[in-house]
Amino acid sequence: MNRREFLKRSIVVVAGMAVPTAALELIDPKKLLAAKPELRWVFLVDTHSCVGCGFCVKACKIENEVPYDANVTRTWVERYVITKDGKTHIDSPKGAINGFTSPKIDIGQGHTKEIKDEDIVQSFFVPKLCNQCENPPCVQVCPVGATYQTADGVVLVDRKWCIGCGYCIMGCPYGVRFFHPTFKVAEKCNFCYHRISKGMKTACVDACPFGARRIGNLRDPNDPVTKIIMTERVAILKEEYGTKPQVYYLGLSKEVR
Amino acid sequence: MVHGEAWTIKEFFTYPNEYIYWTIQIVMYPFMTGLVAGAFVLSSLYHVFGVKQLKDIARFSLVFSFALLPVAMMPLMLHLQQPQRGIEVMMTPHFTSAIAAFGIVFSTYGMIVAAELWFVYRQHFVETVHELKAKPNRTAWESFLVPLYSVLTMGAWDISEHALEKDEKAVKFLAGLGIPVACFLHGYAGFIFGSVKANALWMTPLMPVIFICSAVVSGIALCIVTYVVCMELRKLIFNWKRKQNPDLPTTEELKSVEVHVVTMTVKYLIMFLILAITLELLDLIFRGYTAVKSWDILRSVIYEKDFTKIFILQYTFGNLIPFILLLMPRLTVRRAVVGTLMVLLGVFMMRWNVVIGGQAFSSSFAGFMEYHLPFWPHDMETFKEGFFGALMVAVTPFVLFFCLSRILPVFGHKGGH
Repeated sequence: MNRREFLKRSIVVVAGMAVPTAALELIDPKKLLAAKPELRWVFLVDTHSCVGCGFCVKACKIENEVPYDANVTRTWVERYVITKDGKTHIDSPKGAINGFTSPKIDIGQGHTKEIKDEDIVQSFFVPKLCNQCENPPCVQVCPVGATYQTADGVVLVDRKWCIGCGYCIMGCPYGVRFFHPTFKVAEKCNFCYHRISKGMKTACVDACPFGARRIGNLRDPNDPVTKIIMTERVAILKEEYGTKPQVYYLGLSKEVR
Repeated sequence: MVHGEAWTIKEFFTYPNEYIYWTIQIVMYPFMTGLVAGAFVLSSLYHVFGVKQLKDIARFSLVFSFALLPVAMMPLMLHLQQPQRGIEVMMTPHFTSAIAAFGIVFSTYGMIVAAELWFVYRQHFVETVHELKAKPNRTAWESFLVPLYSVLTMGAWDISEHALEKDEKAVKFLAGLGIPVACFLHGYAGFIFGSVKANALWMTPLMPVIFICSAVVSGIALCIVTYVVCMELRKLIFNWKRKQNPDLPTTEELKSVEVHVVTMTVKYLIMFLILAITLELLDLIFRGYTAVKSWDILRSVIYEKDFTKIFILQYTFGNLIPFILLLMPRLTVRRAVVGTLMVLLGVFMMRWNVVIGGQAFSSSFAGFMEYHLPFWPHDMETFKEGFFGALMVAVTPFVLFFCLSRILPVFGHKGGH
């Protein structure tokens, strides 16, 4: 057999072997199961009920060991103040960990802006957290697969594998990711995965005195959260990015970023 | 302190977790890879397309490209929060990520450049070994070179006419193969940014092409500058040596900077410069014309916040003025050097305006972030991602080039390819 012949035959053998191997991929039982799992975590935020107390932020920081005073947080609350001139003023001082103690709007670097009560036409609070997207861009861009989506829809980070490149932070349109000040790896809200997988609620849901935050299973038609999502008019954030977020909002206004 | 807090100044509403996470090192990364790719393309112009006038600079830029290669990786390592895990990108690449291709593209490219270098220098290795072996009393350096070169020949001692012809063919093939790979190496650096849908400034399919064009521009520019500087230094050193030893050849006998090499190279630089500017302006005009949701905030970043950096430093000082300088008739070496230095500034500012400019606004589109480059480091982080870290990255290729050129001489070598 000469070299040309050998190469030709090798190609045929490799190609022939590739066909049955591809079948393994097609009938991967894990994938089949994941296609229709019995559990898909969803979150429901009722913006009408939120008063901006910040208990959720506090509870989250303590539960998830994010340094209390660090200027990063897995969840936060935004305040929207809309004035007569049509302008929208938004702030979230320290993620609203201490609530909103001043009527002045925080505009960064220690500066505030005062808005007269009579100029305000509308104001409300919007809690934010990871959207656990159906099509998560952060998972797509991770170069080493350190962040991944579980079968029940939650996006997790492997702290032992993350290289800390920050690509996922750049890839998230919602700004929910950051570098953990202690572990120096990507960090994000994971719906308190250690709690929900044991039948508990997330720390923020438990801490909310007004029921503005709720968690449920989208695959269970009898789940009260699922019922609301199915029957009421709910909205999601930044639909245009095609990420298919799984945090639904009641009473979301067009001003919300 | 949270990563990024030390150098980020926030204005109006930004999400609590938003900081400038990608800093000076991520500006250096595409800048350095651009230089690698550009230097290689320049050397290929001679090897593949037979542009004879570039013969002198071709060998030089090939060695320089090789010296720049490890430096393309440095800024990434300095930027990682867990640099000790950086190797995972090679070991467990997650192929839906643009960065995951880095290991494969980078090592393929490295091997091509190394192989091409070997074919170019094989004749030199063999000849030098024979020459030195015949020499009765060798210096310590020469005694070191003999085993080194012997190993580097890898047993291929044949330098007959026929063998050298084969070498030349291999060089041509590798240089040809290297062009698309070099473009891919850099185009994909553009893809890393262009594919981030969450970033309104970055997301454009033009990004990879813009990156390739500006890469070639910067690579050629750096090669011209370094080439001229090296030639001038050689003249200086020889003049100084001649004072002690008048038997040495005069500067005129040495090959000095040849104006025609510079003018020829500058022509290619201008071609790519025009292409790069056209694409960048097209991108800008298109954004303004379509004016989608993000345009309001982009406009205030481009025309207000970053006006000086974009329109003065990048377009005026980095593109327009050097363009005029290089196009004016009767180009002198001095003018060419000034022009190319300005081009380098322009490309650097373009990288800056993409990387830092892309983070100058909040993804809420309701606030801004400003980057303050840490100058004097007060901890490891402000060193790595500050002025001195960047300086270290910028200086390393020259040090490497110096060391490499001891072994692979780039000047005054007659014959060879």
